[in-house]
Amino acid sequence: MSFSSQISDFWNQYGTLLVSNTGVTLYMVFVSTLVAYVIGIPMGIGLVVTAPNGLCSNKVLYRILDTITNIVRSIPFLILLILIMPLTKKIVGVTFGSTATIVPLVVSAAPFIARMVESSLLEVDKGVIEAAQSMGASNFTIVFKVMITEARTSLIIGVTIALATILGYSAMAGSVGGGGLGDVAIQYGYYRYKTEVMIITVVLLVVLVQVMQAFGMWLGHKLDRRSIH
Amino acid sequence: MQDNNLTNGNNKVNGEEPIIRLEHVSKIFSSKEQDVEALSDISLDIEKGDIFGIIGMSGAGKSTLVRCLNFLERPTSGDVFIEGRSLSAMSTKELRKERVEISMIFQNFNLLMQRNVIDNVCFPMEINKVDRKVARKKAERLLEEVGLLEKAKMYPSQLSGGQKQRVAIARALANDPKVLLCDEATSALDPKTTKEVLELLKDINQKHGITIVIITHAMNVVQEICNKVAIIDHGKLAETGNVLDVFANPKSDAALKLMLNQGAGTVARMKGGKLIRIVFTKNSSYEPVVANMVLKFLSPVNIMRADTRDIGGTAQGQMVLQLPEDEELSLQMIDFLKEHGLEVQILSSMADFEKYEGEE
Repeated sequence: MSFSSQISDFWNQYGTLLVSNTGVTLYMVFVSTLVAYVIGIPMGIGLVVTAPNGLCSNKVLYRILDTITNIVRSIPFLILLILIMPLTKKIVGVTFGSTATIVPLVVSAAPFIARMVESSLLEVDKGVIEAAQSMGASNFTIVFKVMITEARTSLIIGVTIALATILGYSAMAGSVGGGGLGDVAIQYGYYRYKTEVMIITVVLLVVLVQVMQAFGMWLGHKLDRRSIH
Repeated sequence: MQDNNLTNGNNKVNGEEPIIRLEHVSKIFSSKEQDVEALSDISLDIEKGDIFGIIGMSGAGKSTLVRCLNFLERPTSGDVFIEGRSLSAMSTKELRKERVEISMIFQNFNLLMQRNVIDNVCFPMEINKVDRKVARKKAERLLEEVGLLEKAKMYPSQLSGGQKQRVAIARALANDPKVLLCDEATSALDPKTTKEVLELLKDINQKHGITIVIITHAMNVVQEICNKVAIIDHGKLAETGNVLDVFANPKSDAALKLMLNQGAGTVARMKGGKLIRIVFTKNSSYEPVVANMVLKFLSPVNIMRADTRDIGGTAQGQMVLQLPEDEELSLQMIDFLKEHGLEVQILSSMADFEKYEGEE
């Protein structure tokens, strides 16, 4: 059997499976990243503004946010996945499949994203914030028109890191029937000894991470006005 | 310096309320380990139209002081009044509104790096909810005034330090403020650019009638454009008055220290002789006084420090001389200098002079 017919055989057998599961993976990753950002951005902003020396520092609120973030971040994803199954069931109705995986992905990623947003916003020059204050800017204006715009590049790079991390988690979720490429790798590569399927899924995962990373970096730097000369 | 009177005279009506009044302002920074008193009981009036210099060595508390003028730092005690309105009595919202009228420029410019020049100038107007089109028109006019209209679409990273400060000045003027606070605004610039920026500030003071407060550690900045000066030393107000008076006749140690601190280098010195500081003012004559003195008394003096410049045809500035050891002769020399219209101060000792110079 020639090499090309081997490939076409492989494609006939697994092509649809791989393509559809790549789609499932992308669905899980993008939806959970999006939802996690919806939660993580306000949390990150909250951490920055309530911190000591923040715009409206509030010890109690900061402690609460800080503690929640740390606790959730220190639970390994696989354990979290099982731990919050009752919650998942309540929200999605089932505890398996790609949509159900989104719940633990979001819970796990949101505090991680909050930390990244926090560190991006803290990078913004204190002098620029002070300048805005001296102009009579409200805290709302400072957060949304100064901090977020000035931290744009760092925030975008943060998104690419978040996407790659969530992609990794989503593959892990495959081990407990979460769907997507990770699921394929386990089902075929591990339980049915189809090593070539496993390898191809790994290659696909690597390519996905590379593409996302490269695009994010490109976009971040393209939008960065500090690097024009 | 020669047009300071003009500046002042134009805008000032006698008996008018000072535009900024500080009453017993103190600021204490508390931490677990210790309390640091950054400002201690400072009372000061700044009149409308003044270019008011606040000068002190680094760490004297002047940056804290300027931040108290717009309540970026809230004084621990005391109050600040803007045209008679108490800042401490204002709500956060009222304070924000007040700040629109008190703009500020900084040592590090603090421009928004992700916005281009014209959008930076528009930013304060955005905060003040000025119509976009109106704001843009005004920004263009301001950029023209600071000579940067052709850079409107560029980003701050593409500009030089002096250009960035010009953009910051245009931005500071956007909401037609009454007061412009300058926090070490020229400290990051080279001497030539410093001069240009100071010229621009002087222009603005005259054209827009804006009161300018300049925080600096450099006496020459104060001499260049200020009409009034306050000297801050270790958080306290050491001395305040007209620049010419304070320069010619400093009453505080801190003031004298600042005068002698500028210029560089030490010179070989004679043993034991009296040290004097002489100040050339507008009243000083055209003749070379020091040379004539040496010729008359046929005794050399040691010039320890000379820092004079030609302003309007007369030499203005200061010199530190070491007179001969002979007590009688040195007193005669001092009289000679006084007769020729110079201000003379006797520095108490050599150790004093050494203490003053070379310190930063």
